Amino acid sequence: MSELRDLYQEVILDHGRRPRNHRKMEDATNSAEGHNPLCGDQLTLYLKMEVGRVADLSFEGSGCAISTASASMLTGVLVGKSEAEARELLEAFVEMTTAPTDVEPDDSKLGKLAVFAGVREFPMRVKCATLCWHTLESALNDSDEAASTE
Amino acid sequence: MSIRSESPKLDTERLKDLREDFPILKQQVRGKRLVFLDSAASAQKPRQVIDAMSRFQEEGYANIHRGVYELSAQATLAFEDVREKVRRFINASETAEIIFTRGTTESINLVAQSFGRSRLREGDEILLTEMEHHSNLVPWQMLAAEKQLKLRFIRMNDEGELDLSSLGELFNERTKLLTLGHVSNALGNLQPVREIIAEARRRNIPVLLDGAQAVPHLPVDVRELDCDFYAFSAHKLYGPTGIGVLYGRKELLEKMPPWQGGGDMIRSVTLEETFFNTLPWKFEAGTPAISEVMGLGAAIDYLEAVGMEYLHTYGIELMAYAMEILGAQPGMRIVAPKAERVGAISFLMDDAHPHDIATILDAEGIAVRAGHHCAQPVMDAMGVSGTTRASFAFYNTREDVDALAAGLAKVREMFGA
Repeated sequence: MSELRDLYQEVILDHGRRPRNHRKMEDATNSAEGHNPLCGDQLTLYLKMEVGRVADLSFEGSGCAISTASASMLTGVLVGKSEAEARELLEAFVEMTTAPTDVEPDDSKLGKLAVFAGVREFPMRVKCATLCWHTLESALNDSDEAASTE
Repeated sequence: MSIRSESPKLDTERLKDLREDFPILKQQVRGKRLVFLDSAASAQKPRQVIDAMSRFQEEGYANIHRGVYELSAQATLAFEDVREKVRRFINASETAEIIFTRGTTESINLVAQSFGRSRLREGDEILLTEMEHHSNLVPWQMLAAEKQLKLRFIRMNDEGELDLSSLGELFNERTKLLTLGHVSNALGNLQPVREIIAEARRRNIPVLLDGAQAVPHLPVDVRELDCDFYAFSAHKLYGPTGIGVLYGRKELLEKMPPWQGGGDMIRSVTLEETFFNTLPWKFEAGTPAISEVMGLGAAIDYLEAVGMEYLHTYGIELMAYAMEILGAQPGMRIVAPKAERVGAISFLMDDAHPHDIATILDAEGIAVRAGHHCAQPVMDAMGVSGTTRASFAFYNTREDVDALAAGLAKVREMFGA
């Protein structure tokens, strides 16, 4: 049960229940769709870049508590970041959630996002947490191709 | 359910003994007793199946239909003996009508590639239902794209059941095949196949039934069902993966061209041409899954010893209990709540996503399936991205249902549903 509590921390449950920035953005400069073929979850991430920095972020779509909370928290932490900083966080997040469970994960750059470290104990749920980050990568590349967890 | 009162009294002590035959059920998962409620994905194997396969590999293994030596001759006899067991199990007329495949998916692809490619022309139509597993949809979409065919669908109604109100209008002179699941894998509905098949029969339209979810739960008689093709997998029938069956009416199979070329399916080969083997070997190219066929034979022996009627009756009783207990859970929405159902219950819970439900249940040692169950159009029709599915086998008990209910209480605790 303690592993379960590590996964479903209060902050994750809260963002899962009441996702922030859960809306369509009409004036987005970049957007991308993400899809997890395993569960059928889909999300769209909207990004407004102004002079090389993230001015606004939002998402649409429904998913499990983990994927919703992850997307919600992503939209919270990235505002004001440069594209390079956003990519750095993306890399750190994917590294933390996929690190072997017997190694202490490096969450030094991740701040609040470190709550997702518990997902490592649940290999089938890692993709729920990383879907929005893969979608962010597509949005930054402004590719028309849908991001996939596969 | 009316059958409940008419059913013979069940010997529950006997079921406890049957559970003992499944070694995997004795293990603990995350420190809890394993409550396996995902048999619709793949069923667990009894000791008898596991032993038959290892015994064959230790004592009887050789390639079949080839060697003149004793070991190969015995293996061939044992292999063909299983074909006869399968014939008897589904009451086909002849062993020539029993083709071994890799599973239900390959059986359906065989019909699509052999029957479909040779018999259907541009503009012809295939009638399916909206409730099909991807394996009984995608092969037809591929064929339709290649041959310019039209797919028509029997739709679902708001109750999550097939809408037969305008069934007659879905058929026309271009309809060349009806194909549908006997039992829905996603929702558990036992489909009204008799009524639908009768409509096809009146118009002389061949019928394929995907029996993957029916064969483990019901006595199946392909002649009584009056279908032309019937597909199923061994691994859902308490047997091994990698082996399945296509039943086909001989008259149709004989006219169908082979779909894969290779060894075993030939009679004689020169550099210029090949004379094909007779049924059923015409459709069995290459060395088959020999040990797995022995496993399938052992599974059928096992099920016949237990009795399919007995299993069917027990399944109905357990399902009635599960519907009663799950139906009483707060925030519960069972999909297709009124359908006559076999083996599976698909449900939604307020405020909790199927993946989260499955993770919480897993921590309690309970294995369920969450997601679209390889039937995305069904989820689209219901307007959801997925459901949680609990599926049952005869090794499941009322205690397993109670454990599921207790697990769902933990879900509500966590997600406040």
